[in-house]
Amino acid sequence: MATIRPEIGPNRTGIASDATSKKLSEEMVEATQEFPPNPDGDERYIAEVRAEIAREVDGVGSVPPPPTLKGIAKAAAQKLRAESPALFIDKLGERLVFERSGVRVYEALLSKLDAYGEFDGGPERADLVHILSEEYEHYRALEEALEDLGADPTALTPSANLTATMASGIVAVILDARTTLAQSLEALLLLELADNDCWESLVELARGAGQDRLVETFERALQAERDHLLNVREWIAAAQGRAN
Amino acid sequence: MAIDLLRDRGTPLEKQRFTWKDLTQLMYSKLDDDAFTRVRVILMNGIEAEALRFGHACARMNRDLQLHLAKVRRVEQHQQTLVNWMNPADQSPLETTIGFEQVAIEVTAAVAQKEPDPYLAQVYRFGLLEDFDHLYRYSALMDRLEGKDPNALVQSYTDIVPGRPTSLEHRAPEDDLRTPYDRKQAELVTKLHALTIMAGEHMTHDYYMVVGPTIADPIGRQLYAEIASIEEQHVTQYESIIDTEETWLEKWLLHEATEVYNYYSCVESEKNPRVRAVWERFLEYELGHVRYVADLLENIERRDAAEVLSSKLPAPIDYVSHREFVRETLRNEVHLTARGPDFIPFDEETADSPSAAQRKQLNADGSPSDLVAAGYVYTPGTELARKRPRATEIQPEA
Repeated sequence: MATIRPEIGPNRTGIASDATSKKLSEEMVEATQEFPPNPDGDERYIAEVRAEIAREVDGVGSVPPPPTLKGIAKAAAQKLRAESPALFIDKLGERLVFERSGVRVYEALLSKLDAYGEFDGGPERADLVHILSEEYEHYRALEEALEDLGADPTALTPSANLTATMASGIVAVILDARTTLAQSLEALLLLELADNDCWESLVELARGAGQDRLVETFERALQAERDHLLNVREWIAAAQGRAN
Repeated sequence: MAIDLLRDRGTPLEKQRFTWKDLTQLMYSKLDDDAFTRVRVILMNGIEAEALRFGHACARMNRDLQLHLAKVRRVEQHQQTLVNWMNPADQSPLETTIGFEQVAIEVTAAVAQKEPDPYLAQVYRFGLLEDFDHLYRYSALMDRLEGKDPNALVQSYTDIVPGRPTSLEHRAPEDDLRTPYDRKQAELVTKLHALTIMAGEHMTHDYYMVVGPTIADPIGRQLYAEIASIEEQHVTQYESIIDTEETWLEKWLLHEATEVYNYYSCVESEKNPRVRAVWERFLEYELGHVRYVADLLENIERRDAAEVLSSKLPAPIDYVSHREFVRETLRNEVHLTARGPDFIPFDEETADSPSAAQRKQLNADGSPSDLVAAGYVYTPGTELARKRPRATEIQPEA
């Protein structure tokens, strides 16, 4: 089983890992001199095709029809209508999916802790369960917020969908049986960084939409997320033997 | 739209053309398109994959047909590319997997209800209940690993509940072979059904074998391995219902007719106009292939294509939810397993039967499909909408 720190081993990916690979790599460079590029050019063509296709294709998808706004006060409803409910609903849906997936991510981290054990300055089981609980509470708060707005919390909004695509590589690192707790925490850091930024945005969007009650709820969530980020940074520093 | 398999000439082979851009640009929307658009894309990719698979096997056994096969196959390969590339880049392998199982459920259910041969209808119902269970297991995997709601894919058309438990589906080869239809007696629709479902199942197997190793989580890797093994059984089952006495050219012509039938079914049901235009274009291409192979049959075997095909196509595959039919099948037939080509209740299986031994061996280290879905109840918005995560319920040790 892997340890918390990386180990020296027979890594073969570079050109200079031993005398044989050094010689082989020199031969490869020789080949590029004998056989020139075909055709000539550079990476500009990739950019041109990207731009051309992007102008011609449709987007990834839409936000479901606007909410009925049945559950909120008249003034707030008017303000929300004026401020593009689609964007607000899209971003509420994004956070909901992120926090719900976050529960499963912390479950996977608990498995890492069980498999690899604790390390000095690293998370204890209770720390991870505490954050997991908060991710769950945030998810439920977002579900309630969407329901109160008359929106469908089960709908996968465009931002929710793209966020899941973004997170998929990060989650895969944590789910991989071979990654250590320390390596998984580094993956987690990316999630928590994104989460912090997105909660800040959501507070602003709620304020702009005149949703004062949600602003309060979201500010509490943001504070909790800031704590999560601090924790993760400290655990990574401990894993790397850095004073934090 | 009326199709005449024997008279329509379709697009001539030499006019069936593509460019790389044309092959790769169109994607359906995972969020906005109807689930049955995804279902059709996934099935038609499998139908085209079978066209290639058959064409290569035939070429290896028939020197004189090699050039003809290569010409048609080149087009089929490009058709498959265009169809498969319609799967959007933001659809993960596990999400596409959910789509594959919805294909296996809804298309097999459609076929089972229209199949005139009662034994083969039962074969389809038997396979249906197994794929139905796979949807449940993969849904549990998605929900419990990623916190994602599988219903974003199936769009409430298909129930997510247990079928015949996957852990009980493992059988010995001798219990996976069925009795074939008779090529001289069977109706055309029977042959088209068999090729359609065989193609879909073969693609499903191959897809799981490609994406299985890309799944990070250990239980996910095990689950793909387990279900891929069942899909191999299903391919074994469905290819065994096809009469081996058909000549190579007869089989080829039936493959092309199956493609016509399936594109026609897609045209009849597709709501997305851009995707529908693809189905219409490829329907014409396939009619061209039928004509090409019918000419070969007439010139080489001196047989009229009318001996193999009829002018009139069967009614199209119904791309709708078959919820009630599936539930009824589940209530009546979930308790069945197979002994040889026949279906028997599980309680008639003896402990020393080859299938029981096979199951015991494969499940000896635990059953991934049981483990991943233990206690799983599909809930809109995921399991977490129904209950707190387990970790929060456990009291820390004193």
